[in-house]
Amino acid sequence: MKYFGLVWAGLWRKKTRTVFTMISIVIAFLLFGLLQGINQGFSVAMSTLDVDRLYVSARTSMTDGMPISYLQRIRNVPGVRAVSLWAYFGGYYQNARQPIPAFATDALELFKVYKEIKIQPEYLDAMARTRTGVLISEALAAQHGWKIGDRIPLGTSIWTNKSGSNAWEFDVVGTFDASAYGMGFPSFYLNYSYFDEARQFGTGQVHYYIVSVEDPKQADRVSRDIDALFTNAAVETRTQTEFALAQSQLKQLGDINFIANAIVGAVLFTLLFLTANTMMQSVRERTSELAVLKTLGYSDTKVLVLVLTESLLLCVFAAALGIGLAALVFESPALQKLFGNFSMPSLVAAMGAGIAVLVALVSGLPPAWRARQLNIVDALAGR
Amino acid sequence: MTALVTLRNVTKSYVRGKQKVEVLHGVDLAIERGEFLALMGPSGSGKTTLLNLVAGLDQPTSGEVLVAGDRIDQLSRGSLSDWRARHIGFIFQFYNLLPVLTAEANVEVPLLLTDLSRSERRRRVQIALELVGLADRARHKPNELSGGQQQRVAIARAIVSDPTLLVCDEPTGDLDRQNAEEIMNLLQALNRSQNKTIVMVTHDPKAAEYASRELHLDKGRLANDSRRAA
Repeated sequence: MKYFGLVWAGLWRKKTRTVFTMISIVIAFLLFGLLQGINQGFSVAMSTLDVDRLYVSARTSMTDGMPISYLQRIRNVPGVRAVSLWAYFGGYYQNARQPIPAFATDALELFKVYKEIKIQPEYLDAMARTRTGVLISEALAAQHGWKIGDRIPLGTSIWTNKSGSNAWEFDVVGTFDASAYGMGFPSFYLNYSYFDEARQFGTGQVHYYIVSVEDPKQADRVSRDIDALFTNAAVETRTQTEFALAQSQLKQLGDINFIANAIVGAVLFTLLFLTANTMMQSVRERTSELAVLKTLGYSDTKVLVLVLTESLLLCVFAAALGIGLAALVFESPALQKLFGNFSMPSLVAAMGAGIAVLVALVSGLPPAWRARQLNIVDALAGR
Repeated sequence: MTALVTLRNVTKSYVRGKQKVEVLHGVDLAIERGEFLALMGPSGSGKTTLLNLVAGLDQPTSGEVLVAGDRIDQLSRGSLSDWRARHIGFIFQFYNLLPVLTAEANVEVPLLLTDLSRSERRRRVQIALELVGLADRARHKPNELSGGQQQRVAIARAIVSDPTLLVCDEPTGDLDRQNAEEIMNLLQALNRSQNKTIVMVTHDPKAAEYASRELHLDKGRLANDSRRAA
């Protein structure tokens, strides 16, 4: 600890260079924190997904429709507690740059299937009474300043209504709190019955049936029974658990984990050279100062440790700033919306600290070794 | 008086490219405790090499170097570092202060190697700076001080751990006449009032006049050894 002043002063010998190196390290670890945090965030969000919820879609593609007649047949499968449905609306508000994740559904059943989503019963009653009614998430309402009683015009690039327009109007009849669900719960629901009557084509088609089973242990068996019902039917089905569905959807974005690790790996590898270069330059410039320390009685090993400590201080301090910033970013409303109430896992911070120490040691060792090997007489003579 | 430094048949050679250059040829020398020795001679005569050997910065090619009873020519690099910390105070031509540290932090650097408490280190630094007349400049960095003041800080750093021997390499070489005289007066006072043994390399005959003994080297051999009456 008594050498701290000496090490700290050495670190700030060239302020501009140290600041720029530090900024590079901060940005690298901010990136590391964000990407690893997102990876962990997906894992955490996926771990909260319900195991007793099943998603039934067309076997060919999840965008192909299934007949509405499947609803009752699925409901009759033993072990099924409740069934609701989703039909894509594919809406946008004002312009296509403001997409709204809108689905047509049977709201009463939907909130039986998603037990963790909180909604007041009177809103469900209002939805049943109002054909053009919609239920929206509190977050979406806050985002657009919508409130109950508002009439919302939505465009859609898919559906034309019977009046020949792709502009639809809905009345907000209630809101729900989806924060307990976490990852990407659709936030805008319209009445399937109204939607089905009003659209010009695709009548009687549904994209998903969402099934709640009575006993999670029976989920596999119920899945098989549902798919067996529609074997050789015009539209065969594929039934997946919520977890499997989320995984397959994430895979559509590519292997996020691999991409994140590859980016972080490349950044940290570059950082290694940057830090090593900074430390090497710093040691080269201080050759005579290090020789003076040795002259005063600082041993070779002590000088090596001082240079390594300087490298450690630089990396760990900057890495802590970067990870801290990343943690703050995770508190932002945009990411809270994606992951729910999510904080950066301590595992990511620990990994960051470990990598910072490793970068410091690997990049600091060559200059530290050079300082250790310094010959006093030659260094003082400028040779 | 007893010899604090003894050199017996010391030779030192370096390899420069393919050539072996012998800088010192069988030097025998005794420096008494409390002496103020000025080492003089033309460039390349071996003054700095001799100083480096006495200070334990370099090892002889052959011969013996005894300082304060230790055969320092037989010490390992690590042991020599410890030995220097205990016995030697250095004063360089270009001061060689650490530019990022204040005067007091520079003076404290050798004390960091000791087990002294922070308060005791601070006390000793204060005394050393008072001794060189720079207590009021303790918080200044080297670039805020004149050349003479920087050299006085360097002297404070050299004496703060109360070394056995003060070793000076052209201490006035970078100073104007007035500052040079002040520095030499300070070194002489340390020699006379604190009984510090000083070995000083200099080209400057005026600086050498402050020493109690003048030793001239020529082509790696002792050429002339004279003592001055106190």
